[in-house]
Amino acid sequence: MEWVNAIVQGTLLGGLYALFAAGLSLIFGVMRLVNIAHGDFIVLGAYLGLSVTTILGIHPLVALVFVVPCMAMIGYILQRGILNQTLGGDLLSPLLVTFGLSVILQNALLEIYSADPQKMNAGALETASVSLGDLSLGVLPLLTFGIAVAVIAALQWTFYRTALGRAFRATSDNQEIAQLMGLNRRHIFGMAMALALAVTAIAGIMLGIRTSFDPSVGGGRLIFGFEAVIIGGLGNLWGTLAGGVILGVAQTIGAKIDPGWQLLAGHIVFLAILAVRPNGLFPRVSG
Amino acid sequence: MNKRSPWTRRGFLAGASTTLAAPAILTSTRAYAQTRTLRVGHVSPQTGPLAAFAEADEYILQGVVDAFAGGIENNGTAWNIEVISKDSQSNPNRAAEVAADLILDDEVDIIVAASTPDTVNPVADQAEINEVPCISTDCPWQPYFFGRNGVPGEGFQNTYHFFFGIEDWIGATLGMWSQVDVGTQVAGMFPNDADGNAFGDAQNGLPPAMTAAGYNITDPGRYQPLTDDFSNQIAAFKEAGCTIVTGNMIPPDFATFWGQCAQQGFNPQIVTIGKALLFPSVIESLGDRGDGLTTEVWWSPDHPYSSSLTGVSARELTNGYTSSTGRPWTQPIGFKHALFEVVADVVRRAEDLEDPAAIVSAIASTNLDTMVGNVNWDNGPINNVTKTPLVAGQWQKDGDAFDLKIVGNAGQPEIALTGELKLLS
Repeated sequence: MEWVNAIVQGTLLGGLYALFAAGLSLIFGVMRLVNIAHGDFIVLGAYLGLSVTTILGIHPLVALVFVVPCMAMIGYILQRGILNQTLGGDLLSPLLVTFGLSVILQNALLEIYSADPQKMNAGALETASVSLGDLSLGVLPLLTFGIAVAVIAALQWTFYRTALGRAFRATSDNQEIAQLMGLNRRHIFGMAMALALAVTAIAGIMLGIRTSFDPSVGGGRLIFGFEAVIIGGLGNLWGTLAGGVILGVAQTIGAKIDPGWQLLAGHIVFLAILAVRPNGLFPRVSG
Repeated sequence: MNKRSPWTRRGFLAGASTTLAAPAILTSTRAYAQTRTLRVGHVSPQTGPLAAFAEADEYILQGVVDAFAGGIENNGTAWNIEVISKDSQSNPNRAAEVAADLILDDEVDIIVAASTPDTVNPVADQAEINEVPCISTDCPWQPYFFGRNGVPGEGFQNTYHFFFGIEDWIGATLGMWSQVDVGTQVAGMFPNDADGNAFGDAQNGLPPAMTAAGYNITDPGRYQPLTDDFSNQIAAFKEAGCTIVTGNMIPPDFATFWGQCAQQGFNPQIVTIGKALLFPSVIESLGDRGDGLTTEVWWSPDHPYSSSLTGVSARELTNGYTSSTGRPWTQPIGFKHALFEVVADVVRRAEDLEDPAAIVSAIASTNLDTMVGNVNWDNGPINNVTKTPLVAGQWQKDGDAFDLKIVGNAGQPEIALTGELKLLS
């Protein structure tokens, strides 16, 4: 039963990691951009959520209504204003720019919100749980997992059923030809970043309800996001969810053996998968 | 080339020779002002994850600078004290770097450092190498002494430290628990970092002391800081029937753990955690779940001490801080003030302020009643270290805000209790 508990809790944890990873997966899939500042954007989302809940006195989940469009707007402006200038032949310059963004974001948040750990208060939701046999499942982790599945499904639908998704895919496949077909690459990239940061906002709020955060915790979250993306296969959204779950289960099973193994077990599984299948478990079918 | 360069050959030669000759003429003209200046370098984590420890720096330093305004008399001469403050950015490498800058570029006469091993140790190491007197605080002495490879009996030449030790933490905690009877099954949460390893150490940490005191500790092992899931630990604690939780955690990990405890139906009656629960901001962020958590108290406005520098009491110092910044008091305030009290005392007593060795011997012979208690390195548990009293406190909801009540004063009867230990559930 203890092992079942470890696997179930790990699966739910995987939902959180999938939320961290979905935005990364999306922008890497569309524009081959590795966003080092992604973890800090998650924290930015959490802080925006905190500001909104404090000012308006509303529940953090309701604050999503404000934070998601706000982050999407930041994403669009950021992409068109800064990141588009760096996209081109080499991978290094956008990487360095996002690294710089990460430093700027951390220090700006420190300046505005100070180093105090903050947490969003979601009331009874934080402590509620449901019993399933001998298992006790937190409502918040269940909700996080549900939201992760919904977000991935929505992104998948956007990608394969809408005109915007078609534009994303076309630009991803071949930027020049997409440009020739009348797609504005810069706008498409802006939309992709907007969508990615909208998802990041959800991840930030879920993180901010689950645990306390301060301006410096972003970097630690980035690695789980990256690992989930790579385990699942670059550019594959459902794969990202699977990657998050695999990572989460590996961690809780590692912790079951010894708590010192928790993060290590996740990293080992990641390395093992990278060694056996360098493209991840479910790489996107090309074409 | 119609325009003439400002650098003509003659001009350059004249300028260069003047520059070269200048020291020969000017050396004897360096005039000493009537009051001489002593430079004190100060390193603290003003930004980064440890910034809460240095939050009160600005207020405390301003008060100290005001107190130093008239200068301090040493052997009949008034000395101006100039404090140069630098930010470690919560990074040990950066702390070492700014300490070296202070020593080599600013040529400070005394260097002081505070807040966690990550700040104190690198600064003290730089001071030791460069033979600059160093006073530090706000870091348990074991990580300070053993973390710097100190040898008991030998210690260090130039670096001195005052704070509490892990044995005091254990004493204060066990004293608090002994007031109530909630069973003997204790859950231990220790991360894999400097403090977690020291607290969880199988020889000198909490587990052997808890066992000796008749408690039965369940220690699942060291977890990595910033872990997102503690369900396995909680399952182990539930199975062992733990009613007390102790350990040393960072705030985000505690928040994750404490939320999951409720989700998993694990409801301990006492939770005493080091480090994570020091600051009121952390407790507030936990909402109602912050009520009743217990932690160590190194200093509070209710401590019966006052400043040797300004004469203000502990209560007056925190009131001043709260009214000028609008923020609740935090424990590092008293220690940061006391650090400069010791500096002022040393400056007064040193036989020769031009001689670092004389300053070091003045530090070693300190016997001063400060804002945080008596500082006297003759009473230390080990070379270069002296201890100030430690008590145990509980966060209790007082109206809308949380107040840290002193609920356990084992071994420190002069610090009055201000509340009674309440059980969590």
